[in-house]
Amino acid sequence: MSEISGKIDDKSSPSGVIGWVDERLPILSFVRNHLTHYYTPKNFNFWYFFGSLAFLILFLQIFTGIFLAMHYKPDAKLAFDSVEFIMRDVNLGWLIRYMHSTGASAFFVVVYLHMFRALMYGSFKKPRELIWLFGVFIYLALMAEAFMGYLLPWGQTSYWGAQVIINLFTTIPFIGQELGIWIRGDFAISDPTLTRFFALHIVAVPMVILLLVILHLAALHTVGSNNPDGVEIKKHKDENGVPLDGIPFHPYYTVKDFVGIGVFLFLFALTVFFIPEMGGYFLEHANFIPANPLVTPDHIAPVWYFTPFYSILRAIPDPAYGALAMAMSIVVLFFMPWIDSNPIKSIRYRSMLFRINLFVFVIGFLILGYLGVKAPTPLYSALALRFSEMYFIFFALLYFYSSARGNLYSYIFTGAIVFLIAIYDVARITSDNYISVLIGLASVCIFIMFMTLTPLFSNLNKEKQVPDRITG
Amino acid sequence: MIKKNIFILLFLVIVNSVSYAASQKSELAEKYKAMNSINNKASLQRGAKYFVNYCSGCHSLKYMRMSTLAEDLNIEEVVFSQNLLFSNKKIGETMTIPMSESDAILWFNAIPPDLSLTARSKGPDYIYSKLNTYYEDDSSPTGFNNIALPNTSMPNILAGLQGGQKLELDDKNNPVGFIKISKGTHNDLEYKQLTNDITNFLVYVSEPAKLRRYSMGFWVLMFIFIFTIIAYYTKKEFWKDVH
Repeated sequence: MSEISGKIDDKSSPSGVIGWVDERLPILSFVRNHLTHYYTPKNFNFWYFFGSLAFLILFLQIFTGIFLAMHYKPDAKLAFDSVEFIMRDVNLGWLIRYMHSTGASAFFVVVYLHMFRALMYGSFKKPRELIWLFGVFIYLALMAEAFMGYLLPWGQTSYWGAQVIINLFTTIPFIGQELGIWIRGDFAISDPTLTRFFALHIVAVPMVILLLVILHLAALHTVGSNNPDGVEIKKHKDENGVPLDGIPFHPYYTVKDFVGIGVFLFLFALTVFFIPEMGGYFLEHANFIPANPLVTPDHIAPVWYFTPFYSILRAIPDPAYGALAMAMSIVVLFFMPWIDSNPIKSIRYRSMLFRINLFVFVIGFLILGYLGVKAPTPLYSALALRFSEMYFIFFALLYFYSSARGNLYSYIFTGAIVFLIAIYDVARITSDNYISVLIGLASVCIFIMFMTLTPLFSNLNKEKQVPDRITG
Repeated sequence: MIKKNIFILLFLVIVNSVSYAASQKSELAEKYKAMNSINNKASLQRGAKYFVNYCSGCHSLKYMRMSTLAEDLNIEEVVFSQNLLFSNKKIGETMTIPMSESDAILWFNAIPPDLSLTARSKGPDYIYSKLNTYYEDDSSPTGFNNIALPNTSMPNILAGLQGGQKLELDDKNNPVGFIKISKGTHNDLEYKQLTNDITNFLVYVSEPAKLRRYSMGFWVLMFIFIFTIIAYYTKKEFWKDVH
């Protein structure tokens, strides 16, 4: 930061209105520090669009949300009708509503891709730990925001989806029941629940998200962006203190981001105007039936962006342990910078096993998402359990790969994980399910052993030399 | 402790609820697929006429504003008022019904549902197959039963149009089709056309904006497309000096 702000003194303050304001508010130095003299690596690829796209969607959601709040009525008797009023009688109300509902899903698409980018290029690693932490907090706040927003249309999916999620909190020992009542404001989901979710959805959580976004960006601009090579551009500077591999954010990345925004808006508009329900995944069919506490729908699936975690929840039959596993699956994200402390950041220079691990993780996450929208059959439940195990094994392997491991360490590490998984299977094996348990256990164990023991005999865990400067 | 168990039970019921109803859905009902096209204004107009004449005695469309309907279906307000407006309602109102819920319970033992959103919640195929899969069944209080909605309390209003039909069973007693037993005022093709028009109309009613969003979407996409091309070449120009 200091070397950038040091350059501001060269420029004399302009006269006129801008000069008058600048003497009282540092608008010009802000523009210099964060746009025209903020240096970013010149080799950003397509993955680097999603940060600015998330920012765009945030403002799109706030903008459309304001107009929805003008017509929406947070009252259990009026909410459903008021949404239909927006869809039919408000000028372009349908467009605003579809933009908001599609925006929610688009937000998660973009955020998931943004997080995947961080995993691929090691953007969470030193010195960017805080950026990552604020990011995970944003993701958490976003989940809360989406969950509370989904109750507002007061349809059947709204009501019963909220029922499932609030019941998660009631599984907490000792305080669970009281906590559930405290969240709902009643013994069942009803008008007080709706009104408080409305207040939280349109005021409290958006403010938290905005604050976290400011912190996320402030931390980013303090240390500077990572890049697909995972090398620090600040290590090599010219005589003026400008990074040799850096280019000013404005105009280079502002004009580039407009291309990304164009492509994104094309896909967004395609969804809003032509397939706003997305086959029942963005707007669920049952949510066109008003909430009825007396009629449970045939099948309740959460909105698609929660389904991977919902699968983890369902994978363990005991609700309290299932909820714990689900909570852990999100909490573990906070520890990423310390789980994967391998000094090599980018996937480009990491080992083949690291790539396989990440690839399997993404596939597993998608499969968990798919299983989450389906009704549980014995096969699906067995798969959900195994892929939930794989979800956590990903992090264990990341830790394993963070430095070179010897023979003894590898064998003990492998044995410990296999033991943990096997002990759970032993506890639940019966004469009915032993075939599926054994096949599942064997598959997961073979995967673990391949991932942890092959480095002892092969070059699969060999890492590449990281270049000194940006390659592309 | 009991309270806790009840909550856990409730939780399990919710988490493990399986779509049994979906699996029980009859294959025969699935055979009836609506061929609706919302841009077919003539079909929508006919559908509106049939709906008002046959359905709106019991079923409301409480979100459908009649002035919007007249405008969207190219029906002049005078014509609309003379033909489709009953019981001294005004054209700016929505299509509610005068029948009270207590009367409905007394007469049908059920409240006829509002159909504004049925095409979105259950889908057009459901409406179409419901109207086509009535059959005579002496064990039912109305004398009719239905494949799409078994044991429906809705009487077969369109029986006089379709004619009577009985269920055709295979040797395992599964329904496989229908046997015509009496003639109606419409032949098979005309009846399918009529029920398709009603379905089409209800698809329109479930989302009137659908008539607008396709054409508007086209122009929005065109605009964004041109914007993106300009943005792309602007980017290329700016990035010429980056090596």
